Amino acid sequence: MMNDMPQAVQEQSAARRTGDVVLDLQNISLSFGGVKALTDISFDVREHEIRSIIGPNGAGKSSMLNVINGVYHPQQGRILFRGEERRRMEPHMAAAQGIARTFQNIALFKGMSVLDNIMTGRNLKMKCGLLANALYWGRARKEEIEHRVKVEEVIDFLEIQDIRKTPVGALPYGLQKRVELGRALAAEPSLLLLDEPMAGMNVEEKQDMCRFILDVNDQFGTTIVLIEHDMGVVMDISDRVVVLDYGKKIGDGVPEEVRANEDVIRAYLGTSH
Amino acid sequence: MLYRENGQFKTSYAADQQIFPIAQDRLAIGLLLLVAFVVMPMAGSEYLFRAVLIPFLILALAALGLNILVGYCGQISLGTGAFMAVGAYAAYNFLVRIDGMPLIGAMLLGGLTATVVGVLFGVPSLRIKGLYLAVATLAAQFFTDWAFLRISWFTNNSTSGSVSVAGLNVFGMPIESPVAKYLFCLTVVCVFALAAKNLTRTATGRQWMAIRDMDVAAAVIGIRPVYAKLTAFAVSSFIVGVAGVLWAFVHLGAWEPAAFSIDRSFQLLFMVIIGGLGSIMGAFFGAAFIVVLPIILDQVPHLLGIPLSTATTSHLVHMIFGALIVFFLIVEPHGLAKLWSIGKQKLRLWPFPH
Repeated sequence: MMNDMPQAVQEQSAARRTGDVVLDLQNISLSFGGVKALTDISFDVREHEIRSIIGPNGAGKSSMLNVINGVYHPQQGRILFRGEERRRMEPHMAAAQGIARTFQNIALFKGMSVLDNIMTGRNLKMKCGLLANALYWGRARKEEIEHRVKVEEVIDFLEIQDIRKTPVGALPYGLQKRVELGRALAAEPSLLLLDEPMAGMNVEEKQDMCRFILDVNDQFGTTIVLIEHDMGVVMDISDRVVVLDYGKKIGDGVPEEVRANEDVIRAYLGTSH
Repeated sequence: MLYRENGQFKTSYAADQQIFPIAQDRLAIGLLLLVAFVVMPMAGSEYLFRAVLIPFLILALAALGLNILVGYCGQISLGTGAFMAVGAYAAYNFLVRIDGMPLIGAMLLGGLTATVVGVLFGVPSLRIKGLYLAVATLAAQFFTDWAFLRISWFTNNSTSGSVSVAGLNVFGMPIESPVAKYLFCLTVVCVFALAAKNLTRTATGRQWMAIRDMDVAAAVIGIRPVYAKLTAFAVSSFIVGVAGVLWAFVHLGAWEPAAFSIDRSFQLLFMVIIGGLGSIMGAFFGAAFIVVLPIILDQVPHLLGIPLSTATTSHLVHMIFGALIVFFLIVEPHGLAKLWSIGKQKLRLWPFPH
């Protein structure tokens, strides 16, 4: 899918992606009661790269994302974010550190319009309190409008201008996924976690989504951790891939290495590849 | 004039974010306010003010407060009557115990006391959801029923258990005549409705709705569930508390704890559900439906000249009223406010199909 991209652009973005390690996961283990979701997993994420996590269903991919943004708390292991070890943290603290994400099953706010959904993404940047908002005068009004401008940029970027006032519940699946990406982008994250952003999409929608992900990565320099099942997409757009199976890491490296890895082929890709 | 928005282009975000972006709506609301503030005081009868408009306005205000909690933040509460009672009794105590306490001051302090109690009883919402929370808020109801009946300090040691206020005035203007009471309530309701609308269309309201729709996703984008839920409880019980003050001081004049019983809590919850969850307008529709409709139904046999005894009429009213509630909930589970917005949507194109 990147074939039509000019060679120069590819090289340029590849050069930008050789940043420092921003997220370092060391020996992460997570279990629910007796069920082990993740066992002793270590990998790192470098600045500006697109890091994919692949694996069969139930391999622990989504759990991994939930650990990164504080929804789950691993029993063992260390997480270093920007060189600092993270203590037990709640999701909103992860958001405050610049980690945004989308969900495997769309987690939009169904009763709100597209515009309001994306505006919630700006929540952490909006400082006006209850009283100021109740008056909607001066500072509160100015703040709403300033952030509306930013949100409109996201709306333009994702090409969803025509549906900005539509309740998200009324939108088709592909567009909902796009709105969810918009909500994450509105927070201007430094690390973006995408959980199967292309699941259930047709080819055109997938191409659009790929384009958006690559553009985000390229234009804003956002580091992306991606879970995706479409191997074509993963191998095309990822810088490095980590492979999970039954909660264990069985492969890690650039797409070519992973594709050639015996364990990975056996567990996931199938012999026909 | 047709309900069209052709040619009404928004050239700034400020223009696009106003409460009524369509010119016809602004005209309609202006006319409504004109009628409410100018025409009604001149044309209305004493019965209309005492029995219809004042209770309608005050209960609409209480429903508005409850709607913030239930409709916007998704936290079910059965303690609305309790928070009204807290507001009323607190304001009463501020008024009789502090010399020279003005009515507005007592009203706001009553609201603030209700806020404190509301937040306190809102703490369980951090752990429990849905029906379980509803049962937990029921505790507030039973507790205040008991407290205001048994602890005589709250009622200024009144022997009958009933308390009363008299000689109300705002900035020297007496609030005694039905028209004055009506205008006072109307002003308070308008101020709070505007403030509530402002809250719900800014970041605060979006936080509440995010918690209501998907709390995990809300936390992931940086909304603190504790803060969002407790502010919803605070704002809601403040408004409900103020409505309680109005109900006791302006509508009843003299009252006892039974005025804020569990029936009141249920009545308000029904108003919110029938009017429309998560809609400011819905609170007014719901209050109108529950307060005004039975009164109108009561008049129908008389107006049509059908000879029916008062008792039969009253039974019929109950039956028809109940049937109408069921009918509206089946036609539109999202309430009258949703019907209203669907109607407006249709009207934008009418009489053309597309």
